[in-house]
Parts: sequence; structure tokens; C-alpha cells
Amino acid sequence: MLSLVGSLPSSDPGAVTTAATGINQYAWLIIALPLLGAALLMVGGKALDKVGPLLAVCLSGASFVLGLIMLLHTRGMSTQDRGIKSHVHLFDWIDTSSLHVAAGLRVDQLSLTFVMLITFVGTLIHVYSLGYMEHDPDRRRFFAYLNLFVAAMLTLVLADSFVGLFVGWEGVGLASYLLIGFWNWNPAYATAANKAFVVNRVGDVGMLLALFTMYLTFGRLDFDGVFAAAPHASQTSLTWMGLFLLIGACGKSAQFPLQSWLGDAMAGPTPVSALIHAATMVTAGVYLIVRSHVIFDAAPNARLAVCIVGAITLMFGAIVGCAKDDMKKALAASTMSQIGYMILAAGLGPVGYVFAIFHLVTHGFFKAGMFLGAGSVMHGMNDQVDMRRFGGLSGVMKITWVTFGLGFLAIIGFPLLSGFWSKDKIIEAAFVGEGWRPWVFGLTALIAAGITAFYMSRLFFMVFHGKRRWTDDVHPHESPLTMTVPMMILAVGSAFLGLILGPTGIIQHWLEPVTGHTEGASKIPSALLMIITFLLVAGGVALAWLRYWRDEVPVTPPVGSIATQAARRDLGQDDLNEAVFQRPGLYLTRALVFADNRGVDGASGGLAAAIGGTSARVKRAQNGFVRTYALTMLVGVVAILGVVWVVQ
Amino acid sequence: MIAAATGFSQTKIEYAAVVPMLVIFGVAMLGVVIEAFVPRRLRYVVQVAVTLLGLLAAFLTLIFSARDHKAVTAGGSVVIDGPALMFQGTVLVLSFLAVLVMAERFDTPSIDAFTQSGASVPGSPMETNAVRLGATSTEVFPLVLFAVGGMMLFPAAGDLLTVFIALEVLSLPLYILTGLARRRRLLSQEASMKYFLLGAFSSAFFLFGAALVFGYAGSLNFGTIAAAVSAGSGRDGILIPGIFLVAVGLLFKIGAVPFHSWTPDAYQGAPTPVAGFMAACTKVAAFGAFLRVFYVAFPGMKWNWQPIVVVVAILTMVVGAVLSVTQTDIKRLLAYSSITQAGFILVGVVALDRQAVSGTIVYVITYGFATIAAFALVAMVRSGGNEATHLSQWAGLGKTSPVVAALMALMMIAFAGIPLTSLFTAKYAIFSAAVGHGGTWLALIGVIFSAVAAFVYVRVIVLMYFSEPTGDTVVLTPSALTGIAVTVAAVLTVALGVFPTPLLDMAHNYSQFMR
Repeated sequence: MLSLVGSLPSSDPGAVTTAATGINQYAWLIIALPLLGAALLMVGGKALDKVGPLLAVCLSGASFVLGLIMLLHTRGMSTQDRGIKSHVHLFDWIDTSSLHVAAGLRVDQLSLTFVMLITFVGTLIHVYSLGYMEHDPDRRRFFAYLNLFVAAMLTLVLADSFVGLFVGWEGVGLASYLLIGFWNWNPAYATAANKAFVVNRVGDVGMLLALFTMYLTFGRLDFDGVFAAAPHASQTSLTWMGLFLLIGACGKSAQFPLQSWLGDAMAGPTPVSALIHAATMVTAGVYLIVRSHVIFDAAPNARLAVCIVGAITLMFGAIVGCAKDDMKKALAASTMSQIGYMILAAGLGPVGYVFAIFHLVTHGFFKAGMFLGAGSVMHGMNDQVDMRRFGGLSGVMKITWVTFGLGFLAIIGFPLLSGFWSKDKIIEAAFVGEGWRPWVFGLTALIAAGITAFYMSRLFFMVFHGKRRWTDDVHPHESPLTMTVPMMILAVGSAFLGLILGPTGIIQHWLEPVTGHTEGASKIPSALLMIITFLLVAGGVALAWLRYWRDEVPVTPPVGSIATQAARRDLGQDDLNEAVFQRPGLYLTRALVFADNRGVDGASGGLAAAIGGTSARVKRAQNGFVRTYALTMLVGVVAILGVVWVVQ
Repeated sequence: MIAAATGFSQTKIEYAAVVPMLVIFGVAMLGVVIEAFVPRRLRYVVQVAVTLLGLLAAFLTLIFSARDHKAVTAGGSVVIDGPALMFQGTVLVLSFLAVLVMAERFDTPSIDAFTQSGASVPGSPMETNAVRLGATSTEVFPLVLFAVGGMMLFPAAGDLLTVFIALEVLSLPLYILTGLARRRRLLSQEASMKYFLLGAFSSAFFLFGAALVFGYAGSLNFGTIAAAVSAGSGRDGILIPGIFLVAVGLLFKIGAVPFHSWTPDAYQGAPTPVAGFMAACTKVAAFGAFLRVFYVAFPGMKWNWQPIVVVVAILTMVVGAVLSVTQTDIKRLLAYSSITQAGFILVGVVALDRQAVSGTIVYVITYGFATIAAFALVAMVRSGGNEATHLSQWAGLGKTSPVVAALMALMMIAFAGIPLTSLFTAKYAIFSAAVGHGGTWLALIGVIFSAVAAFVYVRVIVLMYFSEPTGDTVVLTPSALTGIAVTVAAVLTVALGVFPTPLLDMAHNYSQFMR
């Protein structure tokens, strides 16, 4: 199962890195344009209230165009040249005797894939927000944050060192915090923003520890240096490095055990949920692992941990998703689960990297599309999110219904749509290997596919089909074109992107120079696996159809079984956090406060008082009389001369 | 002295090297003429424009002419080398910002910071008359230019006599400028008087020291002195006091303890923009001169003068930091802060190598920007028509005037040497110079007293953000002049902290003294 890097010449970490030529040397513009937009919108004041949002859309769009040109440029290279990473040196950033970090960009197939996803989906969501945020008085600030996010995310994927990546990593964390708490007049939303921030901080500590370990082991933090030296490092340090990176990835990508923030993060405006908490930022963990694949390839234990985390989360998210009545939270649970798939694939090694990224791209499309659809539904339903008060919306919101439907079919893996190509490949890859692992991971992925079909169908049927259970004051209507056009475009992507990239081998061929790829024999023949998956999916949909379309859906949630109750409470994630971290932390804090008051403050307070007292006494010398000042000087001169004379 | 034995020969002057100084002195003369002949209502605009253009022109000639013509010129009395260029350029840039702040009028017809009639007795009919006529003190601009000229010559002087002349040229206009405050004029005039008397006192020390050194070496030229020192003549009894007394004159301008007592009084009394100008530019010039005198003329006596500088550095850090703790006036606080910072720089100066030179250059540049901005911000905060300099009047400024409070907080953070601000870079550079030469314990003292000083700066921030506003404090809206100066300074304070490498490299490249 573990075919190592050495056997993959194309992904040799020592592969040539050359200075960028042609269009690629302008890669910094991709980041600079949205950053400029963010800066302009933030300092621009009221003058930009009208044109600001449009400016933000244009700058994000310009980044997309630039990225597209680079993509075509790289595609045009000969197969041999495509293994060369083109590198843009910006400036010497940290330059000390023991650590040299240059700020630079790495333009290769992996980063370009992300650039395309971020700028394309990002621009569409900017357009969508024009409509969605039309009546918000703080629109300009919202678009400034969106642009800031895009710039930070692009920094994350384009950086050529772990330090640069960390800058983007923190940048997206900040943007995410600002956007979740965008409506911070509501204390619950502000709390959600804080929660996301704090949990992410735990992950960031992992990230930092990973950086420290790298510095300790290799003395370098740039990708080239680290990856070239990784195969020769000791197993222990590589394993620690991998585990620390995994903690970082867990925080950002809402993976077990750092998953608790994602559901609450749905407090932010819906376009934010679509862009940050579905399509891009939360996938940064997957990017991190795939980008650092050289480290993970050399540390099998760390990679096993990645698989386990992915498997737990994908099941966790799927179970939670079955019980949520809040439309956005159900989608959030689904996001968590889908990213679990990607992390699992990334943990599988060279058999899975390509599919992790492939699923990430298709998921970016269909999940963003569904979130935008959810936003459209909320737009028409007075911002309600309780699915028990929806139903039968297919009649009044045709476009939303169709576009959401395509996303829904894609995510459950309906044959020939995007999810079918990407997710089935992950399931198949999970069955590759020896011993117990293929059975555990493969079966988890397989069963979760069935559950996915159930909870997504549940969501879809509760919102768009069955009896209308609307509250009296709502008058659902279709959303304006600025909102529906992005949804349509994303729906087309959800439908066909997989077909274009998957079976044709385009994505595999494209990413191979960076990630490498090996085929492995699945434990179950792939044709048989496909049929089993399809049956499970069909079963899930049928069950959902029985309960949520054919039968009446009660307006107030029934008490439900113990399992349902647990799932509604997110399987106790917050209780666990409270018991394991919060309370001991609280007691520790109290103890420390006590020790601090009695011990540290006593000492430092005494010192401060001593300094203050001295100060007050010496101050008297500064009495304002020029004769005293002159005397001070004279005494100083005489004293020093005297000392010098004595010493001579 | 040049060629006494062979008869008179014309001294050659490398004009391309000294042209920046000539431009400044020329424009200063022009300013005097403008003062005499241009009609009163046009004077302000013309003076400000001419001064700023003069500074700009001098800076351009520095870059495009002097930089390529490093030379020992004017018979050895002027040396234009790497450090001289760095210090001169720094003085020019900082004074440009300082002049912008000085020219601030805050929507009134006369310059805000300066009295309308400097020659009048405070409260006299003559003053009332000047106010009625709408007089304004445009003569400060040529005065500033003369001071700037002196500051440029100070670090470029090649002999002790030129050092002394430069010292006086830069000091005399400063004495006058100190006495020209518009509000609390008596305090201002008192400060001016004190500054003048103590300055004269220290000049006397310097001159006496120079005479002793001349008695030892038979020359005032640094190169000749250095040669005489290394040859050795056994008359150390007059050389060592000579060196020390020369040092007194320079340490006075630096504001080192025990020659610091003028600083708080002068800064408090001086018009606030002038205090910023003095704190920033005088320090640049004085450290430039100090380095040249001790690195070029007296390196052979380092075992004798290094311990003295070490003692002075420790005293300066300790007294500056400890005394700043109990200050209640923001201008006095900034004055003690400038004393403490001078102590930190002296820590590096002891090292006697290129790293110390470049560290000093980086420090005076970063400190200069932050301090000009800090004083400019102080000038904006008012209470009852006067500057609100008492710290209690700054309470709650974060709520009432978030931008000014944020900028002041930035400057305080920078003074405290927090990472990602320019002064962290500077502290790093200067302390690593000390550590490189066995001065680890000295750097350690520096770090400890940085912490004491940080308490003071953080206290200002706490006061601005965590106290309730007191009521009658208002913040004036500045014109573009101050706006530009503060913005540039703030941007550089952050930028030089985040991207320190270009500045460090430049300072290193220009750190070699020409002997």
C-alpha cells in the first residue's frame, strides 16, 4: 500500500525548481489585486459605498482571469517541463544567520488548481453577494472582508514556504472570524466567531509546532528545502511533524476533534458559509496534507493518523447531518463529512492524493452551489432556517430547486454527475491495501455514502417537496438574477465538472507532477463496488423519501431516539470540550490567578513600587533651577574624571 | 595649519560632495531675504514652499551627487563618507517631516505652534498689537534650515574645530526656536534660557577638551590625532581628560546622564513640533559626530574611553527609565523616553565596529520617525485652548478620537520595542552589536530597562483605551501637512519592523568611516 516517493520520479522532492518565466512571474498580482481591493474598501470611506462592491467583484474576477492565463500557460508546457515548479522570488523576508526565508510564490499544478477554485467560486460568490447583501448598510465592509479572504487564501496556496503558508493560514482565520461575526450586534453570532477563532487557534498551535519541528530538524522552512531533506530525516521527527501538521489541518478543516466550530460558524452571512466554510478555507487542511505529502509519505504512522481522523470525521458529520433541522447546520455537517472523505483520501497516500484534490474541487462546486441555494431559500423565507417550516418550495422557486437539485444529486454520487466520479474513487482507493485497514476505511467510506444519500435527501425533500409547512407571514419568491446566475453556473459545474475531469484522466494527469499517483488493486472489484455503492445510495434516498416526502413531517421536532438526540447535540462535542478542556482550564486559571495575586504580583508589585519610589526621590533632583542642572553636570564631570585619574 | 611650512596653497573643495550642505545654507540665506522682502500675507506660503523645496533639493543632490563623490575635502575638515551620507540623509528626511509639522496652522491664519511676536514681552501691548495685525513667525523656517545645516556638518566634520563650529551652528537656532512657543510663553522662554546656559556650559567643556587634545597631538585633525595616539608620547595625562571633556560636549547634545538635565525642561517648554525636531534630528547629528570622533580620532584609546561610555550608558538607561515612571506630563515623558533610548544606543556604540555604526544608524532613523510623529500627535490634543500635555487629559482618547489614539498607541508600542515595529529592529541591531563584543551583560541591562520603559509606554495606552474620557479634551483636525508627516512616519514605523532587511543592508553598506 505504501509505495514511497522514491519510486515516483515525477514527484521527486528534489525536482528542479526554476525561476518563473512569462506570465508566471506576475503571479504576485493574483494576490495583490484582491488585497488592494480590501485595502481600498476599508480605508475608502463612504465614497466607496456605491462602487466598492463592484470594484471588489472586478478585482476578484481579474485574479481569476490571471490565474486562467497561467493555467493555460502551464498546460501548454511539454510533459517534461511540467514537472518543473516555477518559482517567483518576491523579496528576502527573514534573513538571519541561522534562518533564511524568502517571500516567494510557487506556481505549480496544485497551487493553480486551488487558484482556479478560489477565484472562480470566489468571484461567483462576490456576484451573488451583490444581490444577497443589497440592503445591508455595511456592504462595503463585507466586500472588503471577502476580498481580504480571497487574498489570504491565495497567499496560503501560492506561498513557497511553510512560513508564507502560515501567513495565509492566519489571514484566512482572521477573515473567517470577521465574516462569521459580521453581524456582531447579535451576541450569539459574536460568540460563534469567537468559538471559531479559539478552536482554530488550537489548530494553529499545532501548525506552529510543526514549523518549529521542521526548523529543528532541517533548519529550513521553504518547501524545496524541507521536502528535499525529509526523506533523510529520522522517523520520530517526521512522525511528530506529520502529527502536528494534522492538528493544524484539523483546526482549519473542522476535523475531529477540532470540528465543533463549523456548525456555529453558520451564523455568518450565507455567501460566507458558501465561500469559506464550504468551498475554500475549510479545505486548506487537505491542501496542507497533500502539499506536505513528502513528509507524510515518509512517516507511515502519521499517515495512519490522518486516515483515522478522516474516517471518524466523515462518519461523525454524516450522523450529525441526519438529525439537524437547521438547513445551514445540516449542510455544515455534510461539509465536515465530505472533508473527512478528502482527508481520508489524503491519508491513503499516492493512491489517494489526486482523488482528495479532485473531490475537493467538485465538492467546492456542488457545496457552494447548495449553500447559495440555501441562501436563496432564506432570502425568500424571511431568513428562516428551520426545515420543518419549509416544504413544497419546488413550485415557487424553480431555479433554486433545479440548481440545488443538481448539487444534491452530485453530492450523493448520482451516476455520471460530479460526486459520482470523485467520491466513488475515494471509496475505491480506501479498499486498496493489506491487512485490516482497507476493510475498516473502505467500509466506513462505503456506509457513510449511504448515510450521505439519506441525510441529503432528507434535507432536499424537507425543503423543496412534501406539504407546505410555511409560517403564516412568509411569501416565498425566486431570488434576483445576481443570485440565481451564480447558482446556475455552479450547478452546471456540479453536473459536468466530474465528467470532464474524472473519466478522461485529465485531473490525474494534471496533478501527477506534484502529487504522484499509483494505482492499487482494490479489495473489491471496482464494478462490483460501484453497484454496491449505488444500491446503498438508492436505499438512503428511498428511506428519506418514505419519511420526509411521502409521510407528513411534524412541524415541531419529535423527541426521537437516544441516537437522534445525541446527533442533535452534535454527538456531545460541546459537552466533551467543556468537560475536558474548559472546566480543567477554568480551575487551572483560578489556581494560577491565586498564585499570581499572591506570589508574582507581590514580587513584581514590590519591584514596581521600588522603582516608583526611587523615581519619586530622584525626581527631586530635577528641580527646575538651572544652577542645579549645571552643578549636576559639573559633579558628573568631576566624578568621572576623578575615577579615571584614580584608575590611571 | 594646512600647509604652514610650504606657504599658502589653495584648499581644494570637492563641491560635488558638499553640495547638499551648500544648498541648505543657501536656501537658509534665501529665507532671510524672503523674510525681509516678501509681503507679510505671502510669507508663510513662500517660506514653507522654499524650505521644503530646499530640503528636497538637498536630499536629491545628496543622492545624485554626493553619494558618488565620497571624499575627504576642504583641507581635511569635512569628510563625506558612508556614515556621513547616512546621517545627513536622515537629518534631511526627518527635518522634512518636522517642517511639515511645524507649518501646521489648524485652520487659523497664523502658524499654530509659534508665537506671533517672538521679540515681545509676554502679555505686553506689543504682543497684543502683533496678534491684532495677524503677525506670524515665519522666521522659524530659515532658523530650522540653519540648524539643519549645522546638523549636516556635525557628523561630517573632519577635525575638532569643525565639530565645534557645527555644534554652535546647530545649537544657536535651536535655542531661539525653543523660546518661540505660542502658549505658556514664559515657560518657553525659561526653557530656552536654560538650554542656552547649559549648552554654553557644555560647549566650554568641549572647547577645553579640544585644547587639551591639541596640546597632545599638535593638531585638531582626526587622522593626525589618531596617528599621534598610536605613536604614543607618554603625555596621557592631558590626552585622557581631553578625550573625556570632548565627550562631555557631545554627550550633552545626545542627552546622556549626567548631562541630560536640560532635556525635560527644554522639551516641555519648546513648541511641540520643535521638541520633536530636536529629539529626532539633534540626536541623529550628535550620534553621528560622537561616532566619528571616537571611531576615527580615538580608537587607539578605547581601553580608556570605553569604560566611561559604559558607565554613562548604564546611568542613562537607568535614570531615563526610572524617572519616566513618575512623569505626568506627556512631553516630559517623551523627553525621558529620549534619554532612555539614547542609553540604548550608547550600549551599541561601545562595540567600536561597523555593526555598531550600522546599528546606531538604524536606531536613530527609526527613533526619529516615531518621535516626530509622537510629538506631532501631542500637538493635536488640546484642552481649553492649550495643549493637553497632562497625562490625565489623555484618558479615554481611544473612545473620543480613535485615530489619534491608535497612532499614539502605535508609537508607544514602537518605543517599547515590540516586534514588528521599527524600533524592535533597531534594538535588535544595536544590542546584537553589543553582544558581538562581549557586551552581553550590558545588553542584558538594556533589555531589563527596556522592560521598565515599556511599563511607561503601556501605561499611556492603557490610559487612552481603558479609562473614561475626562470631558474637555478635544483633538484638532490637522491639515494635510501634519497628516502626511504622521502617516509617513506611521507607515515607516510598521514597514521597517515588518521588512527590516533593506534598511539593515543599507546601513551596513554605509557604515565604513573614511580616515
